[in-house]
Amino acid sequence: MSAVLFVAQRLSAAVLAVAVAVHLATILYAVRGGLTAGEILGRTRGNGWFLAFYVLFVVAVAVHAPIGLRNVMREWTRWRGATLDLAMAACAAILLALGLRAVIALFVA
Amino acid sequence: MMRASHHQPGFLAALMHRLSGIALAIFLPIHFLALAAALKGAGALDTFLAVTRNPFVKLSEFALIVALAAHMTLGLRVLALEFLDVRENTLAALAACLGIVLAVGLLFLVNAG
Amino acid sequence: MSGAKPIAANVPAMMLMGFAFGSTPPTTERRNVMMLSVEIWRGTSSGHFQPFEVPCRDNQTVLDVVTEIQREQDPTLAYRFACRVGMCGSCAMVVNGRPRWTCRTRACEVAAGDGRLTLEPLRNFTIVRDLAVEMTDFFDKWRDAKGYFEPGAAPAADFAMVPPASRERQAADAGIECIGCGVCYSACDVVAWDKDYLGPAALNRAWTLVNDVRDRAHDARLAAVSGASGCLACHTHMSCTNFCPKGIAPTYSIAGLKRAMLTRTLRGRR
Repeated sequence: MSAVLFVAQRLSAAVLAVAVAVHLATILYAVRGGLTAGEILGRTRGNGWFLAFYVLFVVAVAVHAPIGLRNVMREWTRWRGATLDLAMAACAAILLALGLRAVIALFVA
Repeated sequence: MMRASHHQPGFLAALMHRLSGIALAIFLPIHFLALAAALKGAGALDTFLAVTRNPFVKLSEFALIVALAAHMTLGLRVLALEFLDVRENTLAALAACLGIVLAVGLLFLVNAG
Repeated sequence: MSGAKPIAANVPAMMLMGFAFGSTPPTTERRNVMMLSVEIWRGTSSGHFQPFEVPCRDNQTVLDVVTEIQREQDPTLAYRFACRVGMCGSCAMVVNGRPRWTCRTRACEVAAGDGRLTLEPLRNFTIVRDLAVEMTDFFDKWRDAKGYFEPGAAPAADFAMVPPASRERQAADAGIECIGCGVCYSACDVVAWDKDYLGPAALNRAWTLVNDVRDRAHDARLAAVSGASGCLACHTHMSCTNFCPKGIAPTYSIAGLKRAMLTRTLRGRR
């Protein structure tokens, strides 16, 4: 992997370290006694902090996951080169699109 | 015979980190799609959540929580080795990571019933 | 030494019998000698394991076992050694799955339990024949990582004053004892997964030179190790550090290279 990809990977990892810790703690707290849509939406609807936090989370994931997958493909399969890079860029775009769509859905619902 | 380097804790840590990462990468789009069901209103999300009361789905959720905790703790180990210039006792580090993962997994099982 | 009760235990009996009969002891005395079952790789990338049997002796190293086999049982066996006292690294092989120096490995200890030894050439190298491997790629990567000192266009006129306790010199000293034996390269999974990966030895040497304040090729060297199959490909499996017979920790040297490369990238150079 190139120097730029490495820096992006490690930087997004640092962001995710915090984001995942918060996310896990939230899940463990929220699932007590079962989880309903009403409960989730009650927390996320119109909540600016939720929006900001999870947009950052989604962007970090969209950077971090494809770079990691690219390493796996290059080392465990024979796939490499421009087609792999394009495929991983597409993964990043898909994760970003689906993620932002989900965050916005929970914000405006 | 399995090569000796594969019995080492460092290899196991890296392998678990990689496999949990792959699992999360596959799961995340599904997670995003499910949450976006909220766009169709709380009813559609509830319908989906009702599905998640299925024990098989609960098991998958448990596996994903464990994968997330594993990937994070083992990833923190990598960040510490690379950027904090620490010398590690690899076996101890791996044990600590798995301890945290176990704790998170058990907390989820206890809370989610 | 675990488990071995060789001929020495029968010396009194042998002496008595020799004294009484004036002849060498009967071969039934060898019943008490533990035999090692040794499987040795024969061939190149394709081949087979050939079985041998060698008596387990006091203070016997795996190199002794291989030498005995080659001299007394099969002279066609190819293997490498030189100093036989743990200084040159030429005798490195894979013994029961672990890459190690055979001159510093006690045969009967490693074979403890079932008395079996499996000997293979170092992994990740092209096999020349049997237990001897081709080292060219290994040292080519050393060169590609710029693992050599560069005095610069105008070498200094006088000696450099380098305090031994300085941070850079301590970092260099931690990795400077490498003798290029290839054990770390054999143990490394990333080398197995990516044929272009420079490998722990070359990168460790590059790190010692990055910390050499007299060297004038810092930027070129960091560029050399920051490529697609450079220091960034290390996934901290720590196998190199675990198996290095000199106690060097290439993992930490490579981590140092990553940090140095990060600083360089953030300063705007690719």
